[in-house]
Amino acid sequence: MAVFGGRRRDDNPALPPGQHLTESFPVLSAGPSPSISTEDWEFFIHTETGQTHRWNWDQFLALPSEDITVDIHCVTSWSKLGTGWKGVSLDTLFAEVETGLDFVMAHSYGGYTTNLPLEEVLDGQAWIAYEYDGGELEPEHGGPARLLVPHLYFWKSAKWVRGLVMQSEDNPGFWEEYGYNLHGDPWREERYS
Amino acid sequence: MTTPAAGWLTGSLARAHPLTASARSITFTVPGWPGNDAGQHVDVRLTSSDGYQAVRSYSIASAGPGGEIELGIDRLPDGEVSPFLVDDLALGDTVELRGPLGGWFVWRPEQTQPVQLIAGGSGVVPFIAMTRTHASVCSSAPMQLLYSLRTPNDAFFRDELSQPSATARTTWHYTRTVPPGWSRSAGRLTAEDLKSKTLPPEQAPLTYVCGPTGFVETVSRALTSLGHAPDTIRTERFGGT
Repeated sequence: MAVFGGRRRDDNPALPPGQHLTESFPVLSAGPSPSISTEDWEFFIHTETGQTHRWNWDQFLALPSEDITVDIHCVTSWSKLGTGWKGVSLDTLFAEVETGLDFVMAHSYGGYTTNLPLEEVLDGQAWIAYEYDGGELEPEHGGPARLLVPHLYFWKSAKWVRGLVMQSEDNPGFWEEYGYNLHGDPWREERYS
Repeated sequence: MTTPAAGWLTGSLARAHPLTASARSITFTVPGWPGNDAGQHVDVRLTSSDGYQAVRSYSIASAGPGGEIELGIDRLPDGEVSPFLVDDLALGDTVELRGPLGGWFVWRPEQTQPVQLIAGGSGVVPFIAMTRTHASVCSSAPMQLLYSLRTPNDAFFRDELSQPSATARTTWHYTRTVPPGWSRSAGRLTAEDLKSKTLPPEQAPLTYVCGPTGFVETVSRALTSLGHAPDTIRTERFGGT
């Protein structure tokens, strides 16, 4: 009988159950990477009153930004520790937004969607990131800008994000419709539904 | 979509054969396996004697009901799990399996539109499941495969794909070394290659692309430049370790 030895021994306390470390940055997406010029780019938040808050690229870059260093965890079991990003906190973007609804659906250029509880993207837990590792965010990694919600599995960090629509219930997004967990907490191994 | 079995199942290695110098087909008997759609994948978990565990996700080369699944594993040079599965795992040895997983990168017998499959290297594995399903249900949907390889020796399942009874035609492409007498010189797939070797947008195909990230990025971008709508292109990428 062959005996598996294992080499990595990733007993790093920063590593959630079932995850292993990677130094590279694998890509998971469902279709071609859309090419979005920053001239055409906009980000919006749409609420139940019909109001839409919009930012074009210049307005977005003029917002206060933060340097973010976080661990990221993909449902396919790789984790990458200490990744460096620059982006705008969703607290900043939601500052003028009034809503009574508890959930958001993130929408991306290219049609991707993912659902999130509002309280999990506020209070310093989520950003719209536009730089990675000191350089601009490459299209295959979600550029020009992507959602960054590092405390959930990385499919929740929607690439090519274009807006958030408030929703009254936690309706499933794209991967969630295809069997991924509605919530996606890596520490509870909420991988699949 | 075939929904996953609850929790981890035990798979016992029933058959194995080399696919290439670095790759191996391994077929497990898995009591409780609910069957799977063509293109779905499975998590494989290995446990060492001291309790350390490693999990990796692999595409399934087989499809349909039944208590067996076949994987096609390529040994990654710096891999932790793939060298064990390719070189060490012996008949009768067991691993833990969770799945089937994924409901997007699949082909189902009831699909009727033309299908173009484009594989880079070991990315052909989910397409083996699709071409087998296509043949087994006598689908009338046109299906063809463009298979990009480094060298002729790197082909997975060449005999199966080349069988006269195969209902999906395979077009071969080589990036480093071509067979003797091959008309095109070795090189990466270009938009021109894709134009001449894949179903055109006018036939409204659904195109599936699977391979390393760079391959998938290049091919899917070229397909959109040829006029394929982005929502008719489904991709699956692998990378990392």
